[in-house]
Amino acid sequence: MPRVSRLAVMLLAFPLALGACKKKPVAVQPEPVAPVTPVNPPPTTPTTTTPAADDAAARRAIEAARATLTQAIYYDYDSDVLRSDARATLDEKLRVLNANPSVRLRIEGHTDERGSDEYNLALGRRRADQAKRYLADRGIDAARIETMSFGRERPAVSGSNEEAWAQNRRGEFQIVAGGTDLKAP
Amino acid sequence: MYALLSRAQNRVAALRHEPLVSVRTRRLVGLACAIAALTAPAAAAQERPSGVSLGLEYSTGRRIAIMVLPIAGAAGDSIKTIIERDLDYSDRFQHVPAITAPAADQPLNYALMARAGAAGVVQARLLPSGWLRVMLHDVAAKKIFFQNDFPLPTAVNTDAWRMGVHAISDQIEEWVTGERGVAATRIAFTRDDRIWVVDSDGASARAVTPRGMSPGWHPSGRYIVYHVLDEDRHRLVATDVVTGAQRSLTNEKGSLDNSPAVSPDGKSVVFSRSVEATASAQDLFVMPFEGGRPMRISVARGSINGTPSWSADGRRVAFQSDRSGRSEIYIADADGTNVSLLTADAFGERNLRTNPSWSPDGRLLAYSSMIGGSMQILTINLRDRTVRQLTSDGNNKAPSFAPDGRHIVFSSTRGGTEQLWIVDVESGRLRQLVRGGSVSRLPEWSPRLTTP
Repeated sequence: MPRVSRLAVMLLAFPLALGACKKKPVAVQPEPVAPVTPVNPPPTTPTTTTPAADDAAARRAIEAARATLTQAIYYDYDSDVLRSDARATLDEKLRVLNANPSVRLRIEGHTDERGSDEYNLALGRRRADQAKRYLADRGIDAARIETMSFGRERPAVSGSNEEAWAQNRRGEFQIVAGGTDLKAP
Repeated sequence: MYALLSRAQNRVAALRHEPLVSVRTRRLVGLACAIAALTAPAAAAQERPSGVSLGLEYSTGRRIAIMVLPIAGAAGDSIKTIIERDLDYSDRFQHVPAITAPAADQPLNYALMARAGAAGVVQARLLPSGWLRVMLHDVAAKKIFFQNDFPLPTAVNTDAWRMGVHAISDQIEEWVTGERGVAATRIAFTRDDRIWVVDSDGASARAVTPRGMSPGWHPSGRYIVYHVLDEDRHRLVATDVVTGAQRSLTNEKGSLDNSPAVSPDGKSVVFSRSVEATASAQDLFVMPFEGGRPMRISVARGSINGTPSWSADGRRVAFQSDRSGRSEIYIADADGTNVSLLTADAFGERNLRTNPSWSPDGRLLAYSSMIGGSMQILTINLRDRTVRQLTSDGNNKAPSFAPDGRHIVFSSTRGGTEQLWIVDVESGRLRQLVRGGSVSRLPEWSPRLTTP
């Protein structure tokens, strides 16, 4: 019985907690938890519903953590400097990385199509390296982060205009290890 | 004179460079006078010291008016079309539409050719052996200027056959100008993450590797080195263009190896590499073409060094570096010593100079540079550092010199999609090399190909 109620609380609280992460302080009150707790479950159902609910919650937790980890960051033209929006995104990743010490990331630097295709490979690597250093400087073991670059070779969007270029000047984050059992921070 | 002529007639020409200096020097005078008479008689006659070959004329942008007569036989039309186009693409000839060819073994009506405006006439005949007998007539001198028999593969319109015809065009160009043409060459390039090869006239474009970008030719023309992007590494591969066999050159996790270029002696590959530990930096490395351990030849100290190009003598390497804080072109000895800055800060804005390509005669270096927000192709004279801008329309990148030192292939967005174009450095004349929906870029001109 206590197991069931704990699960129920998790089920309810987790999306709220997630919401709290994204939106701002939408004062999440604990009181709506109470009515949900003891809905005297039939004796047979717990074995079927509980693991399913458990899985769903775990999946959501994993997905949320994964989404945070893999969220891309963006750069200015011919620059590897981390913008404030990129830093904010990296700060969120820091929390997930700290909660999941087995996770290893590969940061892939990308550029827009301008400039030299081959120089862009080096520029992409430099962008990835800046993001790696940001995380490493804040306590993440550098050995957990690889860097790679695809230059202009794998654009996120096609098009030869500033809008497309801005979306293509990015750092992408791939989880290369420890991604199956993520925990929310 | 007759002795010389018959020697030339009897020669079975191999498809290779044949100096024939004594013959040419004497024979050229005739055609030179003819052209002088046709184009700018007085001035030309005064400028030209006696005995100077016509090759000198071309540096002034002069084009020889040439006519290719119809060729009898099933493949005759194709041969004529290819030779005419090759001579046109060489940017050294002025095409004169053909008039009716004389019956076999009848002498040319030189007066008629002269009235049509031709200074030179190409007459060819398919021999029973399948070889092609080619005669170049000097219209003003009213005689055969050069003659030779050329082998052609029996299978018409194959890659090898077309390359055989291109070689004839190159020989004709050499007869007239003293400089062999570049029709019998190919251009390797990048399309859809594969290496493609196309003939110099735009024919027969085909993919030659399963993946890859940034091709570099081996001087034999037989192999291409290139760069493959994997998820966790960028590695270098050499492919045999004939058999398609692939051989790994580098393959290290976390390493970003790119821009390979094979030395003129075919023994070394220079490329740029960034490793995980110093990911923001990229250095130049040299390794044996046959495989072996790469040796670092630049000291990046956090800077990006890349897109290397060998000088024709193999003693020096031009490359791009942002060691000064902005990307400029530098030249170093092949072992990385004696680094000097080539492109000075002359234009004010942030130029991003990159992708140097050394001209075969060592006189010029082509490169691309950001000018007014778009990439353009420029050349810099290595002696006096004179800079010339060759393009201004669209984004133009990754120049590569032809073996004649006169043409440059590059990618351009001037027609919409990024495609390959060729510019004649002297006249500025442009032509599009490949078309099609997919982006084509990072071209590399092959050496002269004597074996198809």
